[in-house]
Amino acid sequence: MKKFNTLISSAVPLPIEEVDTDQIIPARFLKATTREGFGDNLFCDWRYLPDGSPRPEFILNNPLYSGQILVAGRNFGCGSSREHAAWALADFGFLVVVSSFFADIFRGNALNNGLLPVQVSADFLHAIFSAIETNPKAAFEVDLERQTFTIISTGQSEHFEIDPYKKMCMINGYDDIDFLLSLKEKITAFEQTRLPKA
Amino acid sequence: MGKTLFDKIWEAHVVTQAEGGIEVLYIDRHLIHEVTSPQAFDGLRQRNIAVFRPRQTVATADHNVPTRDQHLPISEKLSRFQVEKLTENCAAFGVDLYGLGHPYQGIVHVIGPELGITQPGMTIVCGDSHTSTHGAFGCIAFGIGTSQVEQVLATQCLLQKRPKRMRITIDGQLQAGVLSKDIILYVISKLTASGGTGHFVEYAGSAIRSLSMEARMTICNMSIEMGARGGLIAPDETTFEYVRGREFAPKGAAFDAAVQYWRSLYSDDDAVFDTEYHYRAEDIEPMVTYGTNPGMGIGISQAVPASPETGSAQTYEKSLAYMGLQSGEHLAGKAVNYVFIGSCTNSRIEDLRIVADYVRGKQKASNVHAMIVPGSKQVEAQAKAEGLDAIFREAGFDFREPGCSACLGMNEDKIPAGEYCVSTSNRNFEGRQGPGARTILASPLMAAATAIAGRIVDVREFLN
Ligand code: SF4
Repeated sequence: MKKFNTLISSAVPLPIEEVDTDQIIPARFLKATTREGFGDNLFCDWRYLPDGSPRPEFILNNPLYSGQILVAGRNFGCGSSREHAAWALADFGFLVVVSSFFADIFRGNALNNGLLPVQVSADFLHAIFSAIETNPKAAFEVDLERQTFTIISTGQSEHFEIDPYKKMCMINGYDDIDFLLSLKEKITAFEQTRLPKA
Repeated sequence: MGKTLFDKIWEAHVVTQAEGGIEVLYIDRHLIHEVTSPQAFDGLRQRNIAVFRPRQTVATADHNVPTRDQHLPISEKLSRFQVEKLTENCAAFGVDLYGLGHPYQGIVHVIGPELGITQPGMTIVCGDSHTSTHGAFGCIAFGIGTSQVEQVLATQCLLQKRPKRMRITIDGQLQAGVLSKDIILYVISKLTASGGTGHFVEYAGSAIRSLSMEARMTICNMSIEMGARGGLIAPDETTFEYVRGREFAPKGAAFDAAVQYWRSLYSDDDAVFDTEYHYRAEDIEPMVTYGTNPGMGIGISQAVPASPETGSAQTYEKSLAYMGLQSGEHLAGKAVNYVFIGSCTNSRIEDLRIVADYVRGKQKASNVHAMIVPGSKQVEAQAKAEGLDAIFREAGFDFREPGCSACLGMNEDKIPAGEYCVSTSNRNFEGRQGPGARTILASPLMAAATAIAGRIVDVREFLN
């Protein structure tokens, strides 16, 4: 996994709530057997017309907006557990997703792929959208060490929560699997204790 | 203080504590399918490690498979490749596969219970959010991402933070024509699509206790649709009788010993839940959804609400525009050209019997294409043995072979853009059943009634 520490970037606003993982990456694109290439089909049905040409009104097709931060409405990532949603966002180039609420499985999948979910208050989310509305190139700072998200133009900043273990993994680029593999003896011993029941 | 059912099972599976309240949770059973496993197997190859406990993993092909002519090679190239990849991976890593052509093949959440792989007190995971289905047996079952599929393959464990506990109690007696699907759609409409986030839900109360195992599975299946990690129901005699005698269930004295342990799996009287809700079964009508998330549901006698109770007006309007519906409109009477009966929510033999009972001797409306897709090869065989396939055919239904099918439209079973589909599946997201498709979630009985009438009806008016 890639390491993450701080990021200063402009952001892409997606002020829609309940964005489910079927929107992030529709099922018909889940046929690939590798992790790469999903970015091309990120938000496919919102991003492209049925003939494959870009829908001009969709935010990712608007050259005014760019950056490695996606800012979305509440309950982002609900629905299917497909990790492909996190892969698609990361493959497209996003490093951070901001919302006032994340679905559980998506949050976990994002963290397992070096994509930082930053959950902020509804008011602060509103302030972020306003800052982008005022200036589409408005810059934001994400500081994982200090757990802060800052609107640079106004100086407003909010603290966000992250599991200390997950934070350590993101900062060092560690995967859960490395840790679990180091526990194999304990796991085997645990299995012995519950053999009669299982 | 007493313990909840959830905590009893969880605590029996904690291998060790890691930092920051994270626990290493042992996983008893791991189910895999073709879509979310290939990258996990590749991960094992890159690390040059084996599957740690191959006997505890079972594979099937379901998401991507055609529902016609399953004896022929899959014609769609990418789907075929993905299914072949699963076959290769299972062979290479020593995992049992119930693939196409196998008499046990089917939707992963249908085959686990019917084979007796799913048992009370277990921890079960799968790279699929509807793994919550298995909670109906009184086990901790939840969906995981592909990175976690790799972790379980490699170590039979996951790093987990203990979720909060919620209890939803439904007491009383359901009206005629109201099924367990209506219970769960009702609950989600009350709690919203995010109301269960961060929680594991226990369903309790007399209305739940009186349900069959298959009806309980329908409820637990949709726990994820309110954002919960999973749902579970304390096992009881209904559960034990269902598990008894199944292929992978313990037999003889081992079964009796297991039942003795399973009887200890309930929430103690003084157990405390973080959140509790109570509903009355009598208040529940046949439900339909009108929007693009499963929380947007109403009783069939209700109109599409005027404004969102939660969330932004912008999102709400976008959703209604996608569905081609207006606030204040009633769904009853709306013409519908597609009906889909299937998915891990409602494709079991009882669902098929309910539909067959209703459509026996009737004809589907001429405007309707009604597809009925059994959840597994075993369900299909049972339906044929009972003559249900003939009833479906005579009523003009298209009875298919097992798979996820139009639940997610990964194979060729898609609903055309702009068309309404009354569906027994679990998600009405934009494009879920095909680009532009408009899904209305309902019970198998409501779906059957829609197919016959050619429009949405209140099935209660058609019951004798
Ligand atoms: S039937 Fe639908 S919800 Fe169930 S596992 Fe298949 S795709 Fe997922």
